[in-house]
Amino acid sequence: MKKPARLDIDAILDDPGTRIIVCCGAGGVGKTTTAAALGLRAAERGRCAVVLTVDPARRLAQSMGLSELDNTPRLIHESEDGGQLFAMMLDMKRTFDEIIEAHADPERAGQILSNPFYQSLSSSFAGTQEYMAMEKLGQLRRSDEWDLIVVDTPPSRSALDFLDAPERLGRFLDGRFIRLLTAPAKVGGRSAFKLLNAGFGLMAGALTKLLGAQVIKDLQTFVSALDAVFGGFRQRAEMTYQLLQAPGTAFLVVAAPERDAMREASYFVERLAEERMPLAGLVVNRVHTSPAAALSAARSAAAAEDLESKGEHELTAAVLRLHAGRMQLAARENREREHFVTAHPTVPMAKVRAMSEDVHDLTGLRQIGELLASA
Amino acid sequence: MRLHVVTGKGGTGKTTVAAALALALASGGKKVLLVEVEARQGIAQIFDLPPLPYEERRIAVAPSGGDVYALAIDPEDAMLEYLEMFYGMRRAGRALSKMGIVDFATTIAPGFRDVLVTGKTTEAVRRRNRNGRRVYDAVVLDAPPTGRITRFLNVTQEVAGLARVGPIKNHSELVSSVVKSPETAVHFVTVLEEMPVQETLDGVAELRSAGLPPGGIFVNMVRESQLPQSALDQAATGHFDAAELVLGLKAAGLADGAEATALAEALAEEVVEHAHRTELERTERESLAEAGLPSFELPLLADGVDLAGLYELAETIRTQGAA
Repeated sequence: MKKPARLDIDAILDDPGTRIIVCCGAGGVGKTTTAAALGLRAAERGRCAVVLTVDPARRLAQSMGLSELDNTPRLIHESEDGGQLFAMMLDMKRTFDEIIEAHADPERAGQILSNPFYQSLSSSFAGTQEYMAMEKLGQLRRSDEWDLIVVDTPPSRSALDFLDAPERLGRFLDGRFIRLLTAPAKVGGRSAFKLLNAGFGLMAGALTKLLGAQVIKDLQTFVSALDAVFGGFRQRAEMTYQLLQAPGTAFLVVAAPERDAMREASYFVERLAEERMPLAGLVVNRVHTSPAAALSAARSAAAAEDLESKGEHELTAAVLRLHAGRMQLAARENREREHFVTAHPTVPMAKVRAMSEDVHDLTGLRQIGELLASA
Repeated sequence: MRLHVVTGKGGTGKTTVAAALALALASGGKKVLLVEVEARQGIAQIFDLPPLPYEERRIAVAPSGGDVYALAIDPEDAMLEYLEMFYGMRRAGRALSKMGIVDFATTIAPGFRDVLVTGKTTEAVRRRNRNGRRVYDAVVLDAPPTGRITRFLNVTQEVAGLARVGPIKNHSELVSSVVKSPETAVHFVTVLEEMPVQETLDGVAELRSAGLPPGGIFVNMVRESQLPQSALDQAATGHFDAAELVLGLKAAGLADGAEATALAEALAEEVVEHAHRTELERTERESLAEAGLPSFELPLLADGVDLAGLYELAETIRTQGAA
């Protein structure tokens, strides 16, 4: 196997030029844990770091002393040499509300916030969480209160939604359908549908049948109100996007050595390159190794069979079977990593071995940080 | 039970379990529909087929006869079908679709999208042939993951916030009457690890408080321990005596002298880790029992999931009485 370059985590954490680390990857590969471990390690190396986490596992949040979701960074830990670790959980609705309040006059803001469609959009739009995570990241960066921000990206169906979400929201608000809905406001309150051609008329009829007149009215009110503040939205999204491309940002793709997660990691690496986002490397979590790696799966299994056929040393035979299984797993994982290295030979890689337990406290996070840095 | 909804945290093998459950339910001459809703083409991948269209088609024959049909629901097609079926509006539907209304619904009001998808599924559950008999003996839905399942199924609630009256609301009530009926069961797929187990328990609680019917818990990828309990008990204390292993390794001709001792100690370390994991799995099993639901265990397939593996899982599901 061609050896990938080693990912030097400490060099990234120690470089004062590194201002943002984005951890991205498929769901369930340990992104949040990686982000938290990086934040703690950075703080213990003297930096003032904040970890922005989205929807973390309850126990991990507890391990960092976060019990409530309040959208504000909280001090978690201070190291002897002045480093600090802050952490916060994203409250996406609160963040969205704040943008509306910042960009609309109080009356219009009130109209938007109480509209049922806003309620739905702000709490369940497939891209809202991604969008708001990026918005919060931009806010933290602009505040300049922390010299390092570590963010873990939301678990998305399509894992790079956080890059696409701002544009999607923009495209959505600029779409023909929305223009149609906002038309009444622009022609002085008369029904837009009357002004439009027969095709639109047909469609409008269908829409009313499908959704009902009240829904259409709510939608129109909402969209025209939102439209008025949207300029501000788009501008913010573009600023954050540029921030991500800037040299002070480091993207870490996080994966587990399984086919789907590695495939996803490959896709990420390619997408980040396309978007000209600065990739620092790949972190492979949950790698299985063996303290007896010199004994191969095949030899171990053969010896077990030999002992079993002789009917002696049953315990040793069972232990050898166990070892063979473990070596098989390690070999399979190794193959998955090899595929990746063949496709992306220049991407630096760090491996973190599988832990028998989930992380429950700062000690556990510290241990992960050490493994990351020594991998 | 006619509608089996299968959910689970990402990475637990939700689609695999849904497929195996469909095979198990079909066995013995039944007709089962396996439905997918997230446009991932997971069913096609698992059965090694080209991407599935928006059309019910037979994809597998179950053990001892019986057919599994599959359907990949596309929300856009579901909307066109809905408009045509209920309002006879074909052209208008196309116009809406061109205007990007589905994209719109997905964006601003996922509840609208979900009601189209669950609507199509429940229609298949209710559908009868000319003799008045149900077309499908069972429908298995490969549903969104645990974190979103209650929202997804609680369509009336989701839609009510947006549409207090009107056709969508009526439609959602019809869907809801099927989803909340005793004919429906929502199954959770998990593995014996802390986070998926916690998410399962949270999911079950959420489902119950929404008045939706939980079914069973499928514990997936279970590894049987080959070590005798006495060895596990000793290793769980953190130390495993390597003396006997040294003799065994020598007898097997794997190592001699100091080498045998070193190897035996390394293997003993593996045994200790294995015992810890087995112990953790036991605690996770106990946690799962708190949900008070029937639980079924599916083995980890050594060669990964292929067709033969699916049939093996289906058989396990049947022998445990889950289908």
